[in-house]
Amino acid sequence: MECVFGMVGDGFALVAADTSAVHSILVHKSNEDKVMILDSHKLLGASGEAGDRSFTEYIQKNVHVYEFRNGIPLTTAATANFTRCELALALRKVRPSCPVHIVFLVSQNPYFVNILLAGYDKNIGPSLYYIDYIATLHKVDKGAFGYGSYFTLSMMDRHYKSGMSLEEAIDLVDKCIIEIRSRLVVAPPNFVIKIVDKDGAREYAWRESIKDAAGVSAA
Amino acid sequence: MSEVLARLDLVRMRKVTRAATKHGTKQMARYDRAITVFSPDGHLFQVEYALEAVRKGNAAVGVRGTDTIVLGVEKKSTPKLQDSRSVRKIVSLDTHIALACAGLKADARVLINRARIECQSHRLTVEDPVTVEYITRYIAGLQQKYTQSGGVRPFGLSTLIVGFDPYTGVPALYQTDPSGTFSAWKANATGRNSNSMREFLEKNYKETSGQETVKLAIRALLENIEIAVMTKEHGLRQLEEAEIDAIVAEIEAEKAAAEAAKKAPSRDT
Repeated sequence: MECVFGMVGDGFALVAADTSAVHSILVHKSNEDKVMILDSHKLLGASGEAGDRSFTEYIQKNVHVYEFRNGIPLTTAATANFTRCELALALRKVRPSCPVHIVFLVSQNPYFVNILLAGYDKNIGPSLYYIDYIATLHKVDKGAFGYGSYFTLSMMDRHYKSGMSLEEAIDLVDKCIIEIRSRLVVAPPNFVIKIVDKDGAREYAWRESIKDAAGVSAA
Repeated sequence: MSEVLARLDLVRMRKVTRAATKHGTKQMARYDRAITVFSPDGHLFQVEYALEAVRKGNAAVGVRGTDTIVLGVEKKSTPKLQDSRSVRKIVSLDTHIALACAGLKADARVLINRARIECQSHRLTVEDPVTVEYITRYIAGLQQKYTQSGGVRPFGLSTLIVGFDPYTGVPALYQTDPSGTFSAWKANATGRNSNSMREFLEKNYKETSGQETVKLAIRALLENIEIAVMTKEHGLRQLEEAEIDAIVAEIEAEKAAAEAAKKAPSRDT
């Protein structure tokens, strides 16, 4: 039921994700932020097993180590390939006990996490990478994961054009969200949209149809 | 009596040396022979030799102000063909921690690398940035480990670690040395001429903030220097040559004024 999708526009890339944390039939919370800001100009939207989404934190810390070590940030392409590599290693290899980069994420099972990595590089512009849990890597203009992808991909196929302005892209995102809400049987109620452009990665907006009651008085 | 003992000693010694060589080859093949061992009067000579290496290294000074911490490093006259930007002696370990060192720069690279990884590892496991004391303790612990392990020599450097506590915002300056000891300081110097610089700091230290802290650090060094300033808002910032020159000019002017006032020759370092 988790939906993550994203697209590249004119000088920006965006990632939208649903914000519900679900355990079988129980919704733990509806404001779980699944789009991590990796560094100043990268976004990582992850969908999948809640525990494995901490894999994105691991990626984030390694991206930071690189930046401190080398004085410049990793490019989006390099980050995507690094992420894919980590996923691929977890599929078969037993992790070395003294890794080259960061310490320990001991796992011999695949990480069940699907990732959309959006980034902006100074001389390259915006880019979006589709990385699924068995380490598929594609550079794409638009992508989606989850049951919602059945609807969002179709909507994007119909309405997406390359080089869209931010308004047009957000309009398309809203169209996708409407489709998900109306057609998916257990549709997540709330979404978060984050964008990355030359000014950096930031949260753009939330689309909420249910607000988490902070403290409902038990009358 | 003593003659007999002496001869017995000789025999024992010979036995020992033979055993040592037999053992020696096996152990050398495994590279685990202890190198840093005690001398009869309780010294660890390897550590003391490492401190010698530090004393020969470029001077580094650190000054803690109320809202600013300054790290300064003496820059040896750079060869004309060398790209000076590739030789950065003051480095960031994290967004709120910086380090300068004196001694073997190659050893420094290794230590800094491990510290940077530890900073991120700490953030990953406890979701909190490191405190200055934590990372200092980690680096010092690493330096100590290499004085008590087989087949390795101690790191030949002393570090000055600065930063702001991520929660209280309190500035801190720590120093570590090859033996693995560390302590907090208001101002300190290490490397070449560190004794005279420390004396100068002891005489002239007072609680300062902002530019005054920078001036104090520069006065302590006052030759070819590289200076970086850390503030809570802006993190670590390397000063440009022009800025340093401007401050040095200010200091020279102040010195000249003080001289003129005293009408006596300056005895400053």
